[in-house]
Amino acid sequence: MLGRTANDLFWLSRYVERAENMARLLEVGYRIVLLPREGQGFHEEWRSTLESTGCAQSYERKFGQINTRDVVDFLLFDPDNPSSIYSCLSAARRNARAQRTAMTRDMWECLNSSWLEFSAIKPESVTSNALPGLLDWIRGRSALFRGTMLNTILRNDTYYFSQLGTFLERADNTARILDVKYYVLLPSSEVVGGGVDNFQWGAILRSVSAHRSYRWVYKENYKPWRIAEYLILNKQMPRSLGYSYFEVATALEDLGDYYHHRQACQATAANTVSLLESGDINAIFQSGLHEFLQDFIARNNRLGAEIADTYHFSG
Amino acid sequence: MVTSYFDEMYGSGGTVRSPYAMVAEWLGTQRIADLKSKHDEAEALFRRTGITFSVYNDNASAERLIPFDIVPRIISASEWRQLSAGIEQRVRALNAFMYDIYHRQEILKAGRIPAELIVQNEAFVPEMIGVEPPLGIYSHIIGIDIVRTSENEFLVLEDNTRTPSGVSYMLENRETMMHMFPDLFSRNRVAPVENYPINLLRTLESVAPRGLDREPVIAVLTPGIHNSAYFEHAFLADEMGVEIVEGRDLVVRDGALHMQTTLGLRQVDVLYRRIDDDFLDPLVFRKDSMLGVPGVMDVYRSGRTTIVNAPGAGIADDKAIYSYIPEIIEFYTGRAPILKNVPTHNCRRSDDLAYVLENLEKLVVKEVHGSGGYGMLVGPAASAAEIEAFRLKLTARPSNYIAQPTLALSTCPTLVDAGLAPRHLDLRPFVLIGDQVRLVPGGLTRVALRQGSLVVNSSQGGGTKDTWVLQD
Repeated sequence: MLGRTANDLFWLSRYVERAENMARLLEVGYRIVLLPREGQGFHEEWRSTLESTGCAQSYERKFGQINTRDVVDFLLFDPDNPSSIYSCLSAARRNARAQRTAMTRDMWECLNSSWLEFSAIKPESVTSNALPGLLDWIRGRSALFRGTMLNTILRNDTYYFSQLGTFLERADNTARILDVKYYVLLPSSEVVGGGVDNFQWGAILRSVSAHRSYRWVYKENYKPWRIAEYLILNKQMPRSLGYSYFEVATALEDLGDYYHHRQACQATAANTVSLLESGDINAIFQSGLHEFLQDFIARNNRLGAEIADTYHFSG
Repeated sequence: MVTSYFDEMYGSGGTVRSPYAMVAEWLGTQRIADLKSKHDEAEALFRRTGITFSVYNDNASAERLIPFDIVPRIISASEWRQLSAGIEQRVRALNAFMYDIYHRQEILKAGRIPAELIVQNEAFVPEMIGVEPPLGIYSHIIGIDIVRTSENEFLVLEDNTRTPSGVSYMLENRETMMHMFPDLFSRNRVAPVENYPINLLRTLESVAPRGLDREPVIAVLTPGIHNSAYFEHAFLADEMGVEIVEGRDLVVRDGALHMQTTLGLRQVDVLYRRIDDDFLDPLVFRKDSMLGVPGVMDVYRSGRTTIVNAPGAGIADDKAIYSYIPEIIEFYTGRAPILKNVPTHNCRRSDDLAYVLENLEKLVVKEVHGSGGYGMLVGPAASAAEIEAFRLKLTARPSNYIAQPTLALSTCPTLVDAGLAPRHLDLRPFVLIGDQVRLVPGGLTRVALRQGSLVVNSSQGGGTKDTWVLQD
């Protein structure tokens, strides 16, 4: 496989995952804005959404003030925002087009149809009432793409690089969501309290589609350290750091076997896996949740760069 | 229906010709509105599959479809036998001609072609002199544009010996028709075309460098996703199961051509390039080319990688050479051409030029190096002012032009806004030349969708039809 093909497949999966994640964050943000509250609380919510998607600075430069309509447009449709759903789907489709030979016809058609439909939407037609339907549709298209991939792709390097993209991106997203909101999870925090807290905790779980499954796993009300444990360490949870890294490490192992060549990045990933497997949530809180997450995000970025280097992503 | 043109379905007399009997009967039972909705369905299918061209950005509106017509164009088994014999004879002669031109130049010594027509030709590549391509083949994939003017007359309008495109449409048109009208295929014996990609692969393998001790590594070289034929490049690579590469994926190291893979460099043995000679190697051709591979010509000349089609293959499809093809066929095969040329006036000859200037309103005048239907004059369709403007260009550079009579291109019923109406068409079969000549029965039928238009190029608003060759 060409190094460029590996690069494009890896990023294609990242973009699809990112678009889905963005849709989920928008959904949560929108729910919170609808919540009857005093004052300018929704500003905070949108600010943390912008921060967890890494778009806060570019939004600030373009709009200055936080305004629900501007935020929604910026995150959904703005081609100037490289993380907008528009930009993600456009880039995913561009990569897919460049690598049509590496993907199945079903995968290509799924992505191409998604892009053709999405790019035909006029932003002004997306009213408040239409927004939830659109966000559902985006999540559905992402799910359809993943399902199509899993059901049709050859289990070779095309599959492994796609998996790596998906789960590195997912780990990054979950870590960022937690990091932006880490203060609401801190037991000692004084800014939080009562019903709003509960609502914030629920929002974190919702943003990774985990508010129902949490109950099945923990059989109790939301507890901030449980939520952190669930999203960081619990390997049952498919968007947790623990599960994402299980998939990352598996894909790297498979790739090493497939190429008959063990690479150093396998050890790098295994290192993070054991950090998460041996991790204890109390210890993480003691040494600092924010610090832990920052360290994780940096490790994740380093692994991405190491993979790109090892497998000649840029020749 | 009686027309002044030969109609593929109704002949010249108005009765349905036998190859079309079943399709004509079927069309008679269809409502136009239903046919139109089938047509829309087909186009939606093409768009979803991404069979589009002319992409300059990611904006969907910038990707256009080549219009597809759902009425098939049908060729009988006996017609096809005659065509394929003529095509095979022609492509063997064209390759023998190229071998000769880049070696002993016997045909020039024999005075059958003016030497200056070759040596001063931009399509002649001096770097190819003395090079021995595997099996002596220069043009492995040739598209021959054929027009029909009567029941028994097929004429070759043009040979495409460089990087002919359109074969993916031949294959996808068939896929689409079989998907939408399975009944028609169960009631007609239509020869399959689906072997083309495997034939192409076999052809490429057969011209791999001699003495390889492994399966040859084959790659398709594309200019990239913004090229108008990118869909076809990716389609063919995918169908053959070989890598599609861009210039930036390739590098010459230690005298061999390599692609940059996830495991480092891997040698490439056969490069099916879909970029023009000019862009192939900035060390030899255009220095500003970002699409090619520095040093690839040296690798090719040393025989370590085969380039398909060979650099310099354009010498055989130059329009100034075209009028000599009947002589070329006789010179190398010792036989008269089975397929005739369109009578052509070379404006470089003064008596021809005088005739052309006298008769501009009747003739089609083309630039020698032009393609895609650009820069040509269709006399009968042009205004007096257009003719006068063209006359100035022609007298300024006569050797840049050839002229042909306006051909009575055959028509075929085609679905247009007003219903079914005759539209002019041509045919481009794709022939593969390697250890043997391989020709799948069919080709790309292009149709001029504007009423009365004789220009079928997609860049000029042409569409395509599925092309059926019937079996006995």
